[in-house]
Amino acid sequence: MKKLMTGNEAVAYGAYLNGVRVGAAYPGTPSTQIMEHFALYPGVFAEWAPNEKVAMDVAIGAAYAGTRALVSTKHVGLNVAADSLFYAVYTGLNAGLIIACADDPGMHSSQNEQDNRNYAKFAKVPMLEPADSEEAKQFAGVALEISESFDTPVIMRFVTRTSHSSSLVEMSPDEAPPPYGEPIPFKRDPQKYTMVPAYARLRHPVVEDRIKRLVQYAETSPLNRIESGDDTLGIIAAGSVYQYAREVFPHATFLKLGMVYPLPEKLIREFASRVHEVVVIEELDPFFEEQIRCMGIKVRGKDIFPMIGEFSPTLIRRCAAAAGLIQMTEDEAEAAAYLSDTAALPVRPPILCPGCGHRGMFNVLREAGVLVLGDIGCYTLGVAPPLNAMHFTGCMGASIGVAHGFDKAKTNERFVALLGDSTFFHAGIHPIIDVLYNLGTTTTIIADNRTTGMTGHQHHPGTGFTLQMQQTARIDIINLVRSIGYKKVDVVDPYLMDEFSRILEDHLASQEPSVIVALRPCALQMKEKKTPPQIDPELCSNCGSCLDLGCSPLVQEEDYVRIDPVLCNGCGLCIQVCPSEAIKQQ
Amino acid sequence: MVAGFVYKFVLQKQLNNSSQRLFGKNNILSIILMEVEDDSVRKIDFLMAGVGGQGTILASNILAGVGMELGYDVKTAEVHGMAQRGGTVESHVRWGEKVFSPLVEQGKTDYLIGFEMLEAARWPMYLNKESVVLSNSYRIPPPSVNLGKATYPTQDEIEGILKRKGSKVLWLDATNLAGSLGNPAMAGVVLLGALSNLVGGTGEIWLEVIKRLVPEKFVEMNQKAYLEGKAVHFS
Ligand SMILES: Cc1ncc(C[n+]2csc(CCOP(=O)(O)OP(=O)(O)O)c2C)c(N)n1
Repeated sequence: MKKLMTGNEAVAYGAYLNGVRVGAAYPGTPSTQIMEHFALYPGVFAEWAPNEKVAMDVAIGAAYAGTRALVSTKHVGLNVAADSLFYAVYTGLNAGLIIACADDPGMHSSQNEQDNRNYAKFAKVPMLEPADSEEAKQFAGVALEISESFDTPVIMRFVTRTSHSSSLVEMSPDEAPPPYGEPIPFKRDPQKYTMVPAYARLRHPVVEDRIKRLVQYAETSPLNRIESGDDTLGIIAAGSVYQYAREVFPHATFLKLGMVYPLPEKLIREFASRVHEVVVIEELDPFFEEQIRCMGIKVRGKDIFPMIGEFSPTLIRRCAAAAGLIQMTEDEAEAAAYLSDTAALPVRPPILCPGCGHRGMFNVLREAGVLVLGDIGCYTLGVAPPLNAMHFTGCMGASIGVAHGFDKAKTNERFVALLGDSTFFHAGIHPIIDVLYNLGTTTTIIADNRTTGMTGHQHHPGTGFTLQMQQTARIDIINLVRSIGYKKVDVVDPYLMDEFSRILEDHLASQEPSVIVALRPCALQMKEKKTPPQIDPELCSNCGSCLDLGCSPLVQEEDYVRIDPVLCNGCGLCIQVCPSEAIKQQ
Repeated sequence: MVAGFVYKFVLQKQLNNSSQRLFGKNNILSIILMEVEDDSVRKIDFLMAGVGGQGTILASNILAGVGMELGYDVKTAEVHGMAQRGGTVESHVRWGEKVFSPLVEQGKTDYLIGFEMLEAARWPMYLNKESVVLSNSYRIPPPSVNLGKATYPTQDEIEGILKRKGSKVLWLDATNLAGSLGNPAMAGVVLLGALSNLVGGTGEIWLEVIKRLVPEKFVEMNQKAYLEGKAVHFS
């Protein structure tokens, strides 16, 4: 039987089928659903860790303890977990470990488009890249076998288009996978697991030798395959790019790489000798191209295809045609001409939802004119007009440290650090300690909506529930910062803008480091809808104060503003800002 | 799918036992391109365009499910995440004998399904003279329009953009039709009903797939929405 699955679902399924019983992750688009799906299988333990480094350590620990394990993350999460990845490559494991890691070329929902294939080479760890969901399922099994036979973690690389694309997956006939009994006993072996310099020196040669043996494996592994076609053009590609290229070059000979690191040098040589010209098609960095050039093989690649942005069949066709590799039909050539038709259309960026508590907070911050050193989450949308109230976003948790830097640089700005609750648990606790410890004066606003909003409402240590919906301790942010030693701590509903504004001014005036928890549960998650207010067109002076809230149900008409009752959530924030008292609760 | 080629799957012979075990016996394939005889390799591409929260993902799952029932290979592509926050979303669904790319190629879509007028207008580069555009005539003004900083194009302007290549454009008041059945959010399913008359598959198949994919308490309502759309006949 076949089932339609996303790549994320399929890798979770493959991991489960092959005996993975412990999973850990922190949410991050496009990887989030890997752990959400894994968590649903019977007999597994799956958790949302506070951040990716913790998740990685948990999964490594489970693999040391002899149980197959899975950690999943978005590309930038591997930056957070990198320190742990590197030691695990030295120690090796006891049972198999898959690191499922999803890049986001084109930055659909990310702050950068780093190419995590570089981590494979950097950390000296094998990497597989499935091209569709069936491969995602199968490669999970192969990854575990490689992990155990070579004693190494294995990264499975995804991109948005393999994580979030669906394709058909062959379902296992046995509903339940073979029982995986007791964990393999852990052998106390400090030379392998205790990385003091003397022992780590013994492990480094093991790592180098392992990569050499993995090259041998890659030469004959069915993960890499040559697909014979016409010998004028040979294309090397992997993952979703392979799928696009297959459509653009139906005649070409292909080397389809399922193992993207280390590369099979002999196989590539043989492939190159079979064809007149070798072209590497790869999204983002020239990762294959550079290594193949180092082998002394002539290839083309980034002279034809860009290093920036996401690929598609369309892009590959246009670049290939420009380079003279193919000719476009008239239809294909004409499609590009349409782009100008849409240039004048009003854009539709994502915005804060109607009823979102962040909106009241941003309105106050904008009115106060403070510099907002922000962070990553739904609240990053506060950067957009008309709120225009976020002046820095870097990576998760950066807000507080950056603010402390502004403080110590004796800035003339009035500034705050601003981050969400999930972001606070992820990477906000250490910098908030730093501010206090190093005699800072920063005011940190924690926008607490009691969920991980941006990635689709995942639980976190402050919600009182685990990923597998077990009730648990709810870590209280206010008690936490008080026990760290903060004396000036206030909680306020950001919807009550006057009060929020008063507290903000009080904190900014004080020389004490301080915390404001802006507490209001996510409107989208609460699904609570009140009767929308109405605007009396007679009283409306069309001043635009309500429109400055950037709330989608507020619509500018000819000479007044109207509320669209279908979109409105009835929060009534607009009532507070109307100077003419034209907006009335029904 | 590329017309004119048939990809044939052949079991690779020289597998060692270990990888046979890992991949399962029949799954290791090498692809061989067969002779170019049959030019009519079937494929149907759909591009769905809407606003985050309008239910394009459910609709694309239904469409994919129907494709499977009809015996096609099926792929879909969409973006989760930021999309929920009211931004532009597009989702690709492809049916074919063998589908490689989950993304539809520009200039090659068979159907463009607009969940909202302005969103339909963003994708003319995917159209060709054979394409059919089926769009909801509902409008959700984006922030810049609400703020009075931009104007929402008229239906005629949008139709002009979509018809430039000679594509057929069909409008449907899907949100209001769905609203009259109890929930305007079912507009996507109404559109699918109308689409089903164009792409085939018996009503039973569609109703069955809807039943499978929609939460139980909403099944009946959504099936009604489907039939409401299916009852629409375009002149
Ligand atoms: C290292 C890293 N991990 C994960 C993400 C993905 N991500 C972006 S924002 C966010 C969660 C934000 O939640 P919260 O701070 O509670 O703010 P909200 O969206 O609820 O307003 C996540 C998980 C990321 N950008 N970087």
